[in-house]
Amino acid sequence: MVERTPILNFFTHLILFAGFVFCVAPFVIVAIAASHNLKDVNDVPMSLLPGSDFWVNIKTAWTTADLGPKLLNSFIMAFGVAAGKVIVSALTAFSIVYFRYPGRMLIFWLIFITLMLPLEVRIVPTYAVVANVLEPYQTIMDLTGLSWLIEKISGVQVQLSLGLLNSYSGLILPLVATATGTFLYRQFFLTVPDELTEAARMDGAGALRFFVDILLPLSRNNMAALGTIMFLWAWNQYLWPLLITTDQSHAMAVTELKQLIPNVGGAPEWHIAMAGTLIVMLPPLIVVVLMQRWFVRGLIATEK
Amino acid sequence: MEKRVTFGRWTIGILFAVPQLILIFTFFYWPAGQAVYWSLTLQQPWGGGNIWVGLDNFRSILANADYWNSITASMIFAGISTGLAMVIALVLAALTDRQLAGSWLYRVVLIWPYGIAAPALALAFRFILAPEAGFMAVVNKVWPGFWDPGLDGADAMASVIIAFSWKYVGYNFIFFLAALQAIPRSLIEAAAMDGSGVIRRFWDIQFPLITPTIFFLLVINITESFQDSFGIVDIMTAGGPANATNLMVYKIYSDGFKGLDYSGAAAQSIILMLLIIALTIVQFRFIERRVHYR
Repeated sequence: MVERTPILNFFTHLILFAGFVFCVAPFVIVAIAASHNLKDVNDVPMSLLPGSDFWVNIKTAWTTADLGPKLLNSFIMAFGVAAGKVIVSALTAFSIVYFRYPGRMLIFWLIFITLMLPLEVRIVPTYAVVANVLEPYQTIMDLTGLSWLIEKISGVQVQLSLGLLNSYSGLILPLVATATGTFLYRQFFLTVPDELTEAARMDGAGALRFFVDILLPLSRNNMAALGTIMFLWAWNQYLWPLLITTDQSHAMAVTELKQLIPNVGGAPEWHIAMAGTLIVMLPPLIVVVLMQRWFVRGLIATEK
Repeated sequence: MEKRVTFGRWTIGILFAVPQLILIFTFFYWPAGQAVYWSLTLQQPWGGGNIWVGLDNFRSILANADYWNSITASMIFAGISTGLAMVIALVLAALTDRQLAGSWLYRVVLIWPYGIAAPALALAFRFILAPEAGFMAVVNKVWPGFWDPGLDGADAMASVIIAFSWKYVGYNFIFFLAALQAIPRSLIEAAAMDGSGVIRRFWDIQFPLITPTIFFLLVINITESFQDSFGIVDIMTAGGPANATNLMVYKIYSDGFKGLDYSGAAAQSIILMLLIIALTIVQFRFIERRVHYR
């Protein structure tokens, strides 16, 4: 910038280039390994010239891990989580920012606290809840004597039960139940000028009208950023889908990778494993590359 | 900050918050409460409800050498991978911020690793670092037996750390670069006029001004190293060899779902929760100071 520092500039380029190689090398190695055959991929050192079996390996990985339906499942789940977050958080933030009611701060803090404990930490009990989502309500009714009352009056024994294991809602809903998006919207809503609200009210717009016709269109940038981040986050989930989907028909692409790890004692089929890795890596990578602006903005905004 | 203009009908207002409240009650508060309940009780082996055991679950866990081993492993993992990921990212961000020709390339590319799922990059690194194929095999050819993550605990830990750091360099880079670019150019130019060099300017101006970001990333990296490590450990080492990479979340998972010891897993969850809550509280004390609304 202001002075000439040729030596420092040289080292700057050198170090940055090393960082570049460090970031890109794994992608390149995966792609090259995916193009070799069984013998070449296990050569020491592996040839860095691409082999000719790329499409064969991709096809084998695709059928071995049955990636077609798995990728579709991943897409459904990632879209579900992203859409759920974008909608539910907007509603809540609107409620917190644009209304005054008793207990508003309590709601704010109840949501805020969910930021602290990621799903991984409370995984065992969350699994139990998803096995029967109505269990909390059943327990509450039992404890308050409500089920007893209902049984006395109507003679029906209350047995609420709704299992969400191996279902899209079981996969999606618990991932939507955190606060990230709510605070992104809240911060944005707080910057929307009051004059806009006043003008809308003067023109006779009610709360819902203002929300749908003014606030949501203004929040488009936020929605894109939040949607991108949440899509990637959900796509990359591993532990949760691993537990919830015992049935193959709902398994995710990321959890299927485990089946591609070469067995000890078996043929070291790294070329197939790398082809599978490449397939699973590609969708999020494409999203990052295409949506980079929103990705960076969303990342910085949601974490603050 | 509060809005001056609000809508009057607050019953409608509450309705807007109901979907999220139901979700967090069902999938957050209830399970969290359940974890506390389980950690204080013991499930009967053949059904018949839980019996109250007070803090016995915690006592037996804290007396368990495996658990302490898992805590030590998590701390080593968190410390080294956070350190690596942050230092590398800070160096790269500071150099990118010098805005020499071609720096746009680094701004674009260095972010890519963060988009990749932990298990996918774990599988990639498992191949790259495999002792018999891939690239560490070359080293093994020169020094036989130098590298074997399948047998040597330290090697396994190193592989897991490398994979995790690779992902989080990209993440930290984004934040460091944003923080550095938020520093007014005039400050740095003024210092340059006064004759301070690039390195002096970094330590005396840029570094102090980005300390909030450094602190923030430190907390996030440590928290993420507790949770995002699961996929990496599961794919690369499955906790082995000899529990060398049996990190806390992985142990909760294997005790709870493979060992079916819900009470023990719940007690471990509670300890991890407390740890993360403590970290978060520390973080917000610092964060609140710099978040300001227009």
